[in-house]
Amino acid sequence: MSLAKRIIPCLDVENGRVVKGVKFVDIRDAGDPVEIARRYDREGADEITFLDIGATYDNRDTMVHVVEQVASEVFIPLTVGGGIRCLEDIRRMLNAGADKVGINSAAVFNPDFVREAAERFGSQCIVVAIDAKKVSAEQEPAVWEIFTHGGRKGTGINAVEWAKKMVDLGAGEILLTSMDRDGTRIGFDLALTRAISEAVSVPVIASGGVGNLDHLADGILEGKADAVLAASIFHFAEYSIQQAKEHMRTRGIEVRL
Amino acid sequence: MSSVAVIDYGMGNLHSIAKALQHADSNVQIHITANSDLIYNADRIVFPGVGAIRDCMQALNQSSLAVVIKEVAQTKPFLGICLGMQALLTHSEENANTECLNILSGNVLRFRETLRDAEGDRLKIPHMGWNQVWQHSHPLWDKIPQSSRFYFVHSYYAQPDDIGIVAGTSDYPRAFACALAQKNIFAVQFHPEKSQAVGLQLLENFLHWDGLV
Repeated sequence: MSLAKRIIPCLDVENGRVVKGVKFVDIRDAGDPVEIARRYDREGADEITFLDIGATYDNRDTMVHVVEQVASEVFIPLTVGGGIRCLEDIRRMLNAGADKVGINSAAVFNPDFVREAAERFGSQCIVVAIDAKKVSAEQEPAVWEIFTHGGRKGTGINAVEWAKKMVDLGAGEILLTSMDRDGTRIGFDLALTRAISEAVSVPVIASGGVGNLDHLADGILEGKADAVLAASIFHFAEYSIQQAKEHMRTRGIEVRL
Repeated sequence: MSSVAVIDYGMGNLHSIAKALQHADSNVQIHITANSDLIYNADRIVFPGVGAIRDCMQALNQSSLAVVIKEVAQTKPFLGICLGMQALLTHSEENANTECLNILSGNVLRFRETLRDAEGDRLKIPHMGWNQVWQHSHPLWDKIPQSSRFYFVHSYYAQPDDIGIVAGTSDYPRAFACALAQKNIFAVQFHPEKSQAVGLQLLENFLHWDGLV
């Protein structure tokens, strides 16, 4: 008997629709978020993450409604990220039915926001999202840096050090996205995932780059991630979550089936 | 129509638990409330909670809720969830030692940071995700397959003085009590409201439970 590794489908939502960008551009429509969330729940998703990629005020209201609808019929943990900037944003999402919120850029601009949020709402609902890009040359020891604004702006902050700092401030979980891999479908940055997962005491969710089911298993076995997140392979029904879990089990990973 | 009071003392979002209870049985009237009359008049009590135990106990002690909870926990079918389970014990290690309600005798301890699994990988804290629960016989497990997985998120766990009140265990990596039962009280460390079908079944069982074992 032991804890299962989690599969978390991610829905990138803009103006009430699920979209999926390749390296954050070239957006494809993938459907209605409530309908898709329902399908993922039936297929055995362990959690669902909604990422508000528009993050305008109108879009935020739409997201609140999506979360409310999903939370009234899907009884698994829900996370909402994208544009979470103040305690009021968190309160609104939790009241709508989210169990956790993902804080990304706001943590970079004001790390203390993570501490305030964890003190007010508890670490269990504070996920710090880290977008990291490799900045070292091929022959050098690997170094990753934090990027903001959907991967466009570098910060000069070392990703491993940043992850440790976020946990010290109260993050209950780290959602780690490789900006080099996001949308490429060539697999997670396993070295990055492993470096962060081994550096922090809290669970790490690997994200960015999944193109097939072996990539998911690699994230757990080689990346040492506690959970794996993917979007496009599930949206377009290439694979079901059930298939993903069965595959992970054949690779010796404990899953909830 | 029977009624259930979900005790609201400002610790976390109670809509999820209310929605799940309503889903489990649409014929139940649900009050999310801090009002002692509504709590005294309800047929059943749900005592949820997330966050830190010090804030939880402060909120309960500053209002009259600590007294109300101690009374209704003697008489009505009573379900403690997560922090609502931990608060029922005598004492918690969290926040440099916190005195709790002492309705169930025992302590709340923190998982050690040095835990490793069988492969030698670091076990993360909080214990987060879907873990198997080994059930001991109790009406609230009715129709739930043995060793089903429930959703957990916690860094502290209960260690009751009397192992006779343990109603379920999970491993992380060693066995710990994740469900306690004493007369009309049932308390769980996991979140039934976030545990999909098995969680809804447990809530439905609770809504039909007369408080007898």
